[in-house]
Amino acid sequence: MRITTVEVGYVELAIGSILISNFVLMKFLGLCPYLGVTKKTSDSVGMGLAVIFVMTLASAVTAALYRHVLLPSSPDHTNVLALLGIPVPAEGLVLVLKTISYILVIAGLVQFIEMVLRKTVPALYRALGIYLPLITTNCAVLGVALLNTTDWKGSASGLPVHLAAFNGFCAGVGFLLAMILMSGIRERLAEARVPKALRGIPIAFICAGLMALAFMGFTKLFGITV
Amino acid sequence: MTIWEQVGPYLASAWVVLGALAAVFGIVLAVANRFFSVTVDPRQEQIEEALPKANCGACGYGGCAAYAEAIVQGKADANLCMPGGAETAVKIGKIMGLAVAAAAPKVAVVKCQGSCQNTFNRFHYIGQRDCRAAAATQYGQTACPYGCLGFGTCVQACPFDAMVMDPQTGLPRVLEDKCMACGTCAEVCPKNIIEILPRDRYVHVLCRNRDVGKIVRQVCKVGCIACHKCEKVCPVEGGAVHVADNLATVDMKTCISCGKCAQECPVACIGNFRSLRREAKKRTGAAAEAA
Repeated sequence: MRITTVEVGYVELAIGSILISNFVLMKFLGLCPYLGVTKKTSDSVGMGLAVIFVMTLASAVTAALYRHVLLPSSPDHTNVLALLGIPVPAEGLVLVLKTISYILVIAGLVQFIEMVLRKTVPALYRALGIYLPLITTNCAVLGVALLNTTDWKGSASGLPVHLAAFNGFCAGVGFLLAMILMSGIRERLAEARVPKALRGIPIAFICAGLMALAFMGFTKLFGITV
Repeated sequence: MTIWEQVGPYLASAWVVLGALAAVFGIVLAVANRFFSVTVDPRQEQIEEALPKANCGACGYGGCAAYAEAIVQGKADANLCMPGGAETAVKIGKIMGLAVAAAAPKVAVVKCQGSCQNTFNRFHYIGQRDCRAAAATQYGQTACPYGCLGFGTCVQACPFDAMVMDPQTGLPRVLEDKCMACGTCAEVCPKNIIEILPRDRYVHVLCRNRDVGKIVRQVCKVGCIACHKCEKVCPVEGGAVHVADNLATVDMKTCISCGKCAQECPVACIGNFRSLRREAKKRTGAAAEAA
């Protein structure tokens, strides 16, 4: 499988992942923390920063894993296993190991962050509570890892490591943006006169839908199609 | 193809990849555990168990967990928990190996009697139905600028449901049986009308208006007019009630709760909680006996 060069610039990636294909509002990934942590803006910011960190690292590691371990050798790059002399099937390990190795990487990273947060910022650790381990099973983080590597504009070899890491970072920033917008609205909603049947989660869902509608306005911004 | 023929080519490589990944992360996490470990004093968990876990903040810390941590670190006294009271203070004392005396019980007192019958509104307020928002709008809609605005921010804020809004008067009423003196209502009230005072002092001046008597009469039927009559009848040596800045205040330290000032006050702005609390004590006493 040849490595197909992906012609995409940093600006395109940034605008694409933050605005045009916002992971929460356009791709509808990561809705659990989006609705669960956005009651207070301070919690949302903390969660968003944690997600940015996880997404960047996870994207980088999984992209490296994909290119050098899962893909079979080709003239452009070598498979690490082949270097070590371990027999690799002709079509590579992609189909077999992709999902499970990505999950393993993400789980390990989130555990690491949990330990670091518990020691360095205990207030944030307590505020995030259950949502921190939920980043592990969060479809947004796995989603960005998968979309970077295998689904990128139909390219079978996905983004190179540096672009993948940058895309992960931008996806996290988009996530943070959506969280801050939502928490700003929800904090004000708490004092508004909402009909009794809609108070709490229902009105939050309605707001999310309206925000998603609004973000659809970003399609083809600056002619970028992502 | 047999299952072995299908799986065979992947066995070696798949095992190596997953094994290597697991090993790498295992090592990273083990090292991180060493460097980022958090040692928790076992007494802290015991104290957290003993606390009522209402997270009301009366102790001055941001929640029961924070208070437990402060106790174990020696930064906080063991008798600061208001809802817990003497019982909790004793329990904490046992865990920490200290002798603890419970703090004097307190209760919230609403120092305003500006009900719908006693006062009126200067303007019609249309806005967020929150006392803090109303207070930001020209000191609020009530004629008396020091008075209760009646939107019930204190009632909503109370973590123990110990306050109710009286529909007839439009004033908040403290349910003294439930009140834990955590101070949340006092913090939240934008007019600082609610004070946390000792339970064994029954007489309080229920007004905070510092304007001269003539103006007070125009805005409220039961506002303090600073006539000094309460000062004159006080039997305590040196006086337990003083008028300063056009407002009478009862000194909690010297007052003996005889209630003479409350009887003398011509506008009935001094409240005497004696009968209310004696009845409450009788009720709890009877309940305790029956139990």
